[in-house]
Amino acid sequence: MAIAETQVYMPQAPQPRFRLLEDERWLAFMLLVPTMALLGTFIAYPFLRGILLSVTDARVGVPGDFVGLANFYKIFNDGIFRTSVYNTFLYTGVTTVFKLALGLWLAMLLNRNFRGKAFTRAFILLPFIIPTVLSTFAWKWMFDPTFSVLNWLLYHLGLITGRINWLGDPELAMISIIIVNIWRGVPFFAISLLAGLQTISPELSEAAAIDGARPWQRFWYVTWPLLLPVTMVVVLFSVIQTFADFQIVYVMTGGGPANATHLFATYAYQIGIGTGLLSEGAAISLAMFPVLFLVVIIQLLYIRRVEVR
Amino acid sequence: MGQVVLREVNKFYDSVHAVKDVNLQIRDKEFVVFVGPSGCGKTTTLRMIAGLEPISSGDISIDGNVINELAPMDRDIAMVFQNYALYPHMSVYDNMAFGLKMRKFGRPEIEKRVRETADVLGISELLVRKPRQLSGGQRQRVALGRAIVRHPRVFLFDEPLSNLDAKLRVQMRVELKKLHLRLGTTAIYVTHDQVEAMTLGDRVIVMKDGVVQQVGEPLELYNQPANKFVAGFIGSPAMNFAAVTVTEANGSLIAENSGMRIKLPDETAQRLRGYIGHEVTLGVRPEDLTVAGAADLDRPCFDAVIEVVEQLGSEILLDMKVGEGVMVACVEPTARVKVRDKLRVAMRPSRLHVFDARTEAAI
Repeated sequence: MAIAETQVYMPQAPQPRFRLLEDERWLAFMLLVPTMALLGTFIAYPFLRGILLSVTDARVGVPGDFVGLANFYKIFNDGIFRTSVYNTFLYTGVTTVFKLALGLWLAMLLNRNFRGKAFTRAFILLPFIIPTVLSTFAWKWMFDPTFSVLNWLLYHLGLITGRINWLGDPELAMISIIIVNIWRGVPFFAISLLAGLQTISPELSEAAAIDGARPWQRFWYVTWPLLLPVTMVVVLFSVIQTFADFQIVYVMTGGGPANATHLFATYAYQIGIGTGLLSEGAAISLAMFPVLFLVVIIQLLYIRRVEVR
Repeated sequence: MGQVVLREVNKFYDSVHAVKDVNLQIRDKEFVVFVGPSGCGKTTTLRMIAGLEPISSGDISIDGNVINELAPMDRDIAMVFQNYALYPHMSVYDNMAFGLKMRKFGRPEIEKRVRETADVLGISELLVRKPRQLSGGQRQRVALGRAIVRHPRVFLFDEPLSNLDAKLRVQMRVELKKLHLRLGTTAIYVTHDQVEAMTLGDRVIVMKDGVVQQVGEPLELYNQPANKFVAGFIGSPAMNFAAVTVTEANGSLIAENSGMRIKLPDETAQRLRGYIGHEVTLGVRPEDLTVAGAADLDRPCFDAVIEVVEQLGSEILLDMKVGEGVMVACVEPTARVKVRDKLRVAMRPSRLHVFDARTEAAI
């Protein structure tokens, strides 16, 4: 009886070969397969190969034998590696502070109403849209000791008397790449924070104004706490990107002068590909992992907390 | 004290003239309501009083001091927003305390005032909650609390009840009225709902296209609307209008169109002496129409055909065809009527309104 009735209400039962897809667990699995295949091929597999490589003494043309943690031991005693670690933290820390401050400032400006708002918003994105290598080459010319437009400008403003060797001096070279990274990263902060600002109802600011809050207090007590979730996500993304940055340093200084501006990525490249010590290069790359892993954990925990709230 | 005076106030947005020459004296302790359709300038006027919009020209003063250039915080006003505008990251307590903290009140004083106000509004239990954990009605109370706790000179309300469901709205309306009677603070209230305006306002200001149409007590607007717009806007269901031509016959005035020919009562006729041969707009409220009985023979009457019968229980609304026009009558629930009935409808002679056909002003 019951079966007969069911058939009456379900005249079109699914064909047998699609029946599995009616089960949500199977459907979910099937939908995940393409992504898993891509991530597995291009991320998980190279990552595991990197780990395997880092515990051998493989060089270009030499498969290598298992050497345990010898590579790691070696790099921790390597002065250039230590400089790279210091540089990477400095580079990430300083640029993130400036990118956040300038990005927030720009976002607040762009959140106001003015003529040509749409155009300006699009224009702001330019450093972010131009391929990094191209824009970095342009910067390299601007910092060139002979042809530097910056030197020309400073000289004609009467601020300097001689040429500044931007990329030839270790400290100035570091400052230069930091400037370029800030220039390139600010649009991402500005646009993301602008999107965050636009989700905050202007009525809240008006209510606070009537409640007696001055502009700075309105920002501190109302806007900033509400913008914090977006800010956290943007900062963490940026930290990950900057920590593993390669292009700007590679094009601007190549890690020089005298290995003074190497970051993890550029030093790993120089040792692994440039010198051909594949296993040591892999070890340097992997040394980034604990820090990035920590950042990702913080990010995930924070996002979950915001979602639960 | 909380006396608010608007003198020749104008607001321009680029080429749009949003508020035109508003003159108004709001007395201390008064509850005034701005009412009108969307875009009539009522909210803009309120925001100019609050200091959220700059005033293009004219003056606004509170207790005799011009406040045009004062920042909102220095005007000693409090505002309740349409969407409540509660700070989502703060608890109810902190929401209410925020204004006091900004004004550097001491902690014990803040605590005392917040608890007192929460008591009055019946939200003492909610003080530790965040706004998103509250229902619409509770949020409304918190928004009210945030305004009341500061003891401002003037309350400003921007359509505070429009996000509540119909039942809650009626309930909150009564509470607002009670609250005003208790606190006695001057209140300026904006709404598009004429029922809210009529029930809450000591005086009501009807606006349209940035122009004040009429200012008066609720019954004054209902009984003596200054023009056709006010007549149609105040009262529900809306007043019926019919374009009629005024003629003279046997010494009395007749108003007629394709569907009716009525002898105007003397009192109305007096005012229409100058309009003989001209067209005017006749206005009569649905509640001033009755199904004509034997006693109504001396009243102005016309014939109508019923198109729709709306049973409301306490009364019946009849949508009727009268000549080429339509009219609504609000009749006793005992009336025996059905669709397509032809019937004779009588008007209460003392309740006829007439408006100039061109200027729409009441005659």
